[in-house]
Amino acid sequence: METGFSSPRTDAFPAGLRVLVVDDDLAWLRILEKMLKKCSYEVTTCCLAIEALDLLRERKDGFDIVISDVNMPDMDGFKLLEHVGLEMDLPVIMMSVDGETSRVMRGVQHGACDYLLKPIRMKELRNIWQHVFRKRIHEVRDIESHEGIDEIQMMRYGSDQFDDWHLLSGHDLTSGKKRRDVDSKHDDKDLGDHSSAKKARVVWTVDLHQKFVKAVNQMGFDKVGPKKILDLMNVPWLTRENVASHLQKYRLYLSRLQKENDLKASFGGIKQSDSSSKDPAGNLSLPNSIKMQQNDSASGIYGMPGNKTLPQSVDQKIHESDLKGIVSLSVMETKKAPIHDIPDPSKVSSSRMVPNHPFGQLEQEVKYARFNSSIPKQYAWSQVPEVQFKQEHKIHHRVENGFNHLPLPGLQHHVQVDFIQPTPSVSSRPFNKEREKPASIEIKPSYNNFSSHQTIQVAPIGTATNLFPVQSESYAISFHTPAPTLTATLSMKNHGLNQIFVNELESAQRNLISGNCSGFASSDGDLISCLLQGNSYATNVELQNKESFNHNCPELFVETPTCLNDAQRFDYDYPWESMEYPVIDQGLFIV
Amino acid sequence: MEVGQLQRQFVEHTASMFHEGFLDGQFSQLQQLQDESNPDFVVEVVSLFFQDSERLLNELTRALDQKCVDFKKVDAHVHQLKGSSSSIGAQRVKNSCFNFRNFCEEQNTEACFRCLQLVKQEYLLVKNKLETLFRLEQQILAAGGSIPMME
Repeated sequence: METGFSSPRTDAFPAGLRVLVVDDDLAWLRILEKMLKKCSYEVTTCCLAIEALDLLRERKDGFDIVISDVNMPDMDGFKLLEHVGLEMDLPVIMMSVDGETSRVMRGVQHGACDYLLKPIRMKELRNIWQHVFRKRIHEVRDIESHEGIDEIQMMRYGSDQFDDWHLLSGHDLTSGKKRRDVDSKHDDKDLGDHSSAKKARVVWTVDLHQKFVKAVNQMGFDKVGPKKILDLMNVPWLTRENVASHLQKYRLYLSRLQKENDLKASFGGIKQSDSSSKDPAGNLSLPNSIKMQQNDSASGIYGMPGNKTLPQSVDQKIHESDLKGIVSLSVMETKKAPIHDIPDPSKVSSSRMVPNHPFGQLEQEVKYARFNSSIPKQYAWSQVPEVQFKQEHKIHHRVENGFNHLPLPGLQHHVQVDFIQPTPSVSSRPFNKEREKPASIEIKPSYNNFSSHQTIQVAPIGTATNLFPVQSESYAISFHTPAPTLTATLSMKNHGLNQIFVNELESAQRNLISGNCSGFASSDGDLISCLLQGNSYATNVELQNKESFNHNCPELFVETPTCLNDAQRFDYDYPWESMEYPVIDQGLFIV
Repeated sequence: MEVGQLQRQFVEHTASMFHEGFLDGQFSQLQQLQDESNPDFVVEVVSLFFQDSERLLNELTRALDQKCVDFKKVDAHVHQLKGSSSSIGAQRVKNSCFNFRNFCEEQNTEACFRCLQLVKQEYLLVKNKLETLFRLEQQILAAGGSIPMME
């Protein structure tokens, strides 16, 4: 099986995984080679770090994953790790005979997606493919986001947004599909409108979303579950999966809003509409308290798109950044109607950010506060509790989960993309890219109860920032709503996105704030994208912390984009869905 | 010597190595990794271990012999030796490195020197035993027998 697998590889995945092993200890090199071969992987060995880098550069797309020893004579393993992460954006696994916590921590900080202790057993090597897979699905999501954003823009301006969304949906489906493969939970066939091989994405129109939110509220956030929602909604063609993914997004959205709210609160002047925060934010607080370790140079590794990687000062920074990100989401323009009420499309896509965050109290009016550019500066994440972000692989796990699905349209993608990259090797796709369009997102989280969650593990927020590549867009987020919503989003951080986002957030935030909120012509699109992003984010987050979301964002979203991939079956009780898609009427939701 | 006898000796010898802590589970792993495509896998890896270790031990001797000992370097070598011994499961060698590193930190040349002696001793012991083991294997195979699987 030494043949290069490209597509065959995917089919037989993980067999044929192309691994590069770097270790100066020849005995180990030999052993690892043998073990990996036994796992049906394609192995290349190297005893010098420099050689390894050359090899990687030469064969840019020739490897899937790198395993490297920490102590090497010619170059520090951590350095190699950084380089690989930055240049090639491949997952890197570190190994050493020394298992001291500080070392392991360093590894993670530098972006390692795993740290193995010698002697290494076969079973440990068998599962390394998960890191590759995770990365892939994140990437797919990112790509979709990008594409989605463009489409969202179109949609915003167009009248048949729904069509556009369907377009976008297409992307999502793919990624969603991927996820499904992994999870094999979703049954493609379940997709309501999928009649063709590529399931069509369900477009969550305002109407549909409203039905959704109604159903959710009927049951109460706490008890909400996709099946029940589906039943209550009484939409024949809708599948449980559609609802699940939408719910997930919604929850993320709510949490994000919550976070934003929190953010806003910290900024002062943020008026939060009362949101019956179910404490979504708190919930979001990813139980996983992701501890973000400061990345020294790792930030680079995380590759937050475009943004300067800010050292992920965990916790605070992240929070802030998260908040900022969220904030920035809020559209500068005043279009922001509470998500659920987004009656008019002008609602910005700030929701993107929000969705990611725990849906704090998405209660019905998740309104995005509008932040002026001044806000960014002050992200005083007061609410953001110090989230310890531990950049662990699990972070990426989480993030990946969530994001993969959300094919956020346009803006969303942007946002999402960034978030998703919790893993160190996150290929940061610069948000900028995603966000080409300045979206003025108005995030008015109206979560009253966000406070409860505010445990924001702010991680998400961080990601949120990332999500919005500040560069191109500056979203002024004005949060009127209670911060809790934001907080919720912040909790998203916990998902591990923190690290990455932190860096990104800061930059993103800066950008966002100062931004160029070029105003959305049709804020809907933006908002939706924001939402979507948030959703995706949320999704990820959700995935990670299912329990954290308890937002009661009742009608945040009028329509929840169906971007939630089916894969996301979250049974969250967050009404975030509604929140997330303020612009739902646009049918932006991309499922 | 007849095959049966050789095989028995092989089994006893292997068992005692494990029992006395010269080898640990890692060695069994190596034995399991060996297959038809790599019939000499274990021997190969052990040879690499021998090479690496001898080189490191020489470096260590030299480093500790200096007027002004570079403890960082010594520590690095010991760390490498530790990694190397863990590759084949040379448990006692690995354990003897443990204290060595502590003394390096304390910059205690005398103690380091003593540790080095100990490590060398352990290394020679395990080397000897492994060579005996391989010799027995060769003899068994030469006599037409098969290597008994150890549990």
